[in-house]
Amino acid sequence: MFGYSMADIGNIVVMQGFSGLSLFSVLLLMALGLAIIFGQMGVINMAHGEFMTIGAYTTVFLSKLAVKYDIVNYYFVFAIIAAFIIAFAIGYLVEFVLIRHLYKRPLDTLLATWGLSLVMQQIFRSTFGAKEVSAELPQWLLGAFQPTSDIEIPINGVFVMGLAAVVTFGVFLFMFRSRWGLNVRATVQNRVMAGAVGINTKKVDRVTFALGCGIAGVAGAAFTTIASTGPTTGSLYIVDSFMVVVFGGAASLMGTIASAFGIAQAQSILQFFMTSSMGKVTTLLVIVLILMMKPEGLFAAKVRK
Amino acid sequence: MSNTDFVLAIEDLTVSFDGFKAVDALTLYVDKNELRVVIGPNGAGKTTVLDLICGKTKSTSGSIKFNNKELTKLSEHEIVRTGVGRKFQTPSIYENLSVYQNLEVSYPKGRNVWGSLTFKRTEAVLEQVNKIAREIMLEEQLEMEAALLSHGQKQWLEIGMLLMQEPELLMLDEPVAGMSAKERDQTADLLNRICQNRSVLVIEHDMEFVKKIAHKVTVLHQGKILAEGTMEQVQADERVIEVYLGH
Amino acid sequence: MNTLTDKLLGGKQGAIGLAILAAIILIVLPLGLDPFRIGMVGKYLTYAFVAVSLVLLWGYGGILSLGQGIFFGLGGYCMAMFLKLEASDPVSTKIQTTPGIPDFMDWNQITAIPLFWQPFHSFTLTILAVLLVPTLFAFIIGFAMFKRRVGGVYFAIITQAIALILTILIVGQQGYTGGVNGITDLKTLLGWDIRTDHAKYILYYINAFLLIAIIMASRYILSSKFGMLLLAMRDKEERVRFSGYDVSNFKIFIFCFAALISAIGGAMFTLQVGFMSPTFIGIVPSIEMVIFAAVGGRMSLIGVVYGTLLVNYGKSVFSETYPELWLFLMGGLFISVVMFFPNGLAGIYTDLMKKFQSRKTKSVPVKLEVVAVVHEKTESEPILTSEPAGAKA
Repeated sequence: MFGYSMADIGNIVVMQGFSGLSLFSVLLLMALGLAIIFGQMGVINMAHGEFMTIGAYTTVFLSKLAVKYDIVNYYFVFAIIAAFIIAFAIGYLVEFVLIRHLYKRPLDTLLATWGLSLVMQQIFRSTFGAKEVSAELPQWLLGAFQPTSDIEIPINGVFVMGLAAVVTFGVFLFMFRSRWGLNVRATVQNRVMAGAVGINTKKVDRVTFALGCGIAGVAGAAFTTIASTGPTTGSLYIVDSFMVVVFGGAASLMGTIASAFGIAQAQSILQFFMTSSMGKVTTLLVIVLILMMKPEGLFAAKVRK
Repeated sequence: MSNTDFVLAIEDLTVSFDGFKAVDALTLYVDKNELRVVIGPNGAGKTTVLDLICGKTKSTSGSIKFNNKELTKLSEHEIVRTGVGRKFQTPSIYENLSVYQNLEVSYPKGRNVWGSLTFKRTEAVLEQVNKIAREIMLEEQLEMEAALLSHGQKQWLEIGMLLMQEPELLMLDEPVAGMSAKERDQTADLLNRICQNRSVLVIEHDMEFVKKIAHKVTVLHQGKILAEGTMEQVQADERVIEVYLGH
Repeated sequence: MNTLTDKLLGGKQGAIGLAILAAIILIVLPLGLDPFRIGMVGKYLTYAFVAVSLVLLWGYGGILSLGQGIFFGLGGYCMAMFLKLEASDPVSTKIQTTPGIPDFMDWNQITAIPLFWQPFHSFTLTILAVLLVPTLFAFIIGFAMFKRRVGGVYFAIITQAIALILTILIVGQQGYTGGVNGITDLKTLLGWDIRTDHAKYILYYINAFLLIAIIMASRYILSSKFGMLLLAMRDKEERVRFSGYDVSNFKIFIFCFAALISAIGGAMFTLQVGFMSPTFIGIVPSIEMVIFAAVGGRMSLIGVVYGTLLVNYGKSVFSETYPELWLFLMGGLFISVVMFFPNGLAGIYTDLMKKFQSRKTKSVPVKLEVVAVVHEKTESEPILTSEPAGAKA
C-alpha cells in the first residue's frame, strides 16, 4: 500500500515501532506515576505533567553543571536520581499543603491541581525563561546501532526503555513485595481498618503521592533524551497519560503497561501513514470510543461487588 | 416454569462472583399481603437476594417473577415501576432536600424528562405527601432539612419515600438498625400497618423485632434456605440453632 | 404572581437579583462604557452563557464537563462559516487564484467549496446548525457515556480528550477549517456590517437579552421537579434510580441543554468579535469557563455572570500590566475557590445575608427551599476498588 513494498513496511513498522518505544517509555513512566496516584488513591493530579517538567529541568540544570565541570559522560545517572528526589520532595510538600484537604472531593481535586499546574508553569517561566532548553547528553547515549542495513535503532530509545523497565520493576517490588507497599494497599482498600492496626495513613498517603510524582520526575529525565523542555511541556503529555491510565483500567499495573504500549505504538505507526495530527486524532478517537463501550478500561480486575 | 399466585416467585436463583456462589439455587415464594422476614448469619446472602430482586446485581441463572413478570430482564428503574420498592441498609435519603421534597420526588408521576419539567404540584400530590408523612410519624417535620433528622427518623423517611411509590412489594434491609427501643416499637407498628395492602420482605437481625412482625420467617445460610416457617418453628429448628441462633 | 412567572423569575429574591443584573448589563454598562469596551463586555457575556450552562450541569447536576468549549466552538464555527462565505463573494476575492471561496482555502490550493460548507450559504440553515449540531453531538456523547454509567472524573477526563481531539482535528485540517488561525475577516451579516460601533451596540443588546432569557429558562428548569431531581441525582444517584427514574435520560437532557446554551454563546461570540478560532474550543478555555462558574458560584445563575465579568476584567487588566502575576493569580484563584469558597461569590453573599438575617430575628426556624450547599459526593474509598470505573459507589 502507498507504494511501499512488504519489506519496506516491515522496516517502517520496526523503526516507527522503536521511535514509538521512546514515546512508550515516557508515557509508561508518566502513567505509572499517575496510576499510583489516581488508580490507587483516587486523586486526579492535573499537575502531573508539571512534575515531569521538574524532572526535566533538573536534568537540564545538572547537564549545564556537567558541561562546566567536564563530566558530561557521567552525570546522567545522577541526574535521574536527582530528578526523582526533587520531584518526590515537591510532591510530598504539595500533598501536605493541598491534596490532603481534598480527598473526599475528586472533582475539586481536579480543579485545584489544574490551578497548581498553572502556578507551576508560571514558576518555570519565571525561573528558566519561556524558551525551550535542552540537556547536554552524554556521548554514550548518542547515535544509533544498526542490526540490519535498513533498520536504525537509536541508543537513547533503548536506554529510556531500559530505564522504564527498571522503574516499573521497582514499583512492582515496592507495591507488592515490600512492607510499605502492603501499607499502601491496606490504606487504599480500607482506610479505617488500616488506621486501626497502627498504619499511619496520613504518612502513607503523603509518600504514595510523592512516589507518583517522583516517577514523573524520572519520566522528565528520560524525556530530555528525546526532546527539549519548556514551561508547558508537561501539558503535552497530561491528557495522553490520563488516557493511558483510564484505558488500561487504573487499578491494574499490567493494564497500565499494556495500555501505554498499545497507545504509543498505535500513535507512532499511524502517524507515519497519516499526517501527524490525524494519527493522534485517530488514536485518541479510538481510545474514547473503546472507553465508551468499556468504561472500566481494558484490564479492569474482576472483583466481587 | 410454574405460574404463580404468589406476588414474588424466586426460582433456582444463583449468582456467583468468580466462582463463589453468594446465592445458590434459591427458591422462595412470597404471598400477597404477607410480611416475610429473612434472617441468617452474616454472609448468608440476604442483602444479595434483595440486590438481585431490585436489579442492583445481575444473577448468573434462575428466575425472579413479580406478579408473573420476569424481573431479571429489566433494568433497575423498570423494576421499580412494576411496583417493587427497596430500602437500603444505610438510610438513603436526599440530605439536602426537605422532608416534604424527599417525599414529593418519590411521587410516581412525572418520572421521565418531560413529565418532570411539566410536573404540577396538585392537590392530589399534597394530600398524598401529608398522608404518608402521618403514616411515618414525620408530619411535624415536613419543612425540615432531611439531614437534620435523627437516624431513626431517616429510616422512616426512606420507608415513606417508598410508600409514595405505592409499591406492591416493599423490601426493607435492616429497617431498625440503630434505633432506640421505643423507635423499634413504633417501626413494628408501622410495618404491621403497611403490610395490610402489600407484601413486605424484611431482612433483620433483632429477634425481638422479628417476633413482633413476622408472618413467616426464612433462614438463609451460605446462599441457601436453611429453614422456613413461623418464628416458633424456626427458633425450635435444630439446624438453625446450630448455625445461627447459637444458645 | 402566577406560578409560571414565579418559576421563570425564581421567586421574589430571584426576581430582584435578575432585575439588578438586567439593569447593570442593559442600562448601566452601555451608558458608562465606550463602544470598544462594550464589545469587550459583550464578549465576556458570551462566556457567561457557558458559565450558566455549568450551573445546571455541574452545580446542580454534579456533572463536571471540561469540554464545554467544544459546544461553544461548534456554535461559533457554524456562525463563522456563514459569515465567511458571505465575506468571500467573487468581487472581494477577485485577487485569489480561485475567487469566491474563503481565503484560507485558496492558500491551501482548494478550488471549490467543500460539501460540508454548502449548507452555510443559507442563514436559516446556519441558525439550525448552531442549535442542532452541538446538541446532537452532546446527545451522542451523553448517550454513550451516561447509559454506560460513566460519571465523575472519568466523564471529565473524556470530555477533555474530546476537546483535544476536536482541536487537533480543526488545526490539522487547515484547508477546510482555517487551521490554527481560525476563520477571520468576517464582515457582514446578511448585508449588514457587523464591524461598526452601531452594530456593536445592537449585537450587545441582542446578546444581553438572550442571556437573560436563558437565565429565565434555566430558572424554570431548576424550580421544576426536574431541578429537584438534578440535586437528588447529584447526591444520591442510586436512590433516584431505585425510585423509578431512568437517571441517564435526565443526565443526557441536561448535558444537551448545556451544550445548546454554550453553542448560542459561541455564535454570539463570532458575531461580536468577528472571528472564531480553535483557541476557544480546547482544554484551556474549557477549564477557564469552569473557573468563571466556580468564582461566581456554581449554584447561582446570576452569580456566574458576575463571576465571568469579574475574572475576565481582571484578566484584561492584569495580563497587560503584570502578565506573569496574572497566571499566578489565576492558578491561585482556582485553588482558593476550590479549597475555601466552594460556592463562590454567591455563596459568600448568601452566607453574609444569613448572618445578617439571624442577627435581626432571634429565633430562626429555617424554612428551606432548595438548600444551595455544595455537597460533593463523599467518596470513602478510591474510585476503583470493586466497582467498574465510572460507576458511582
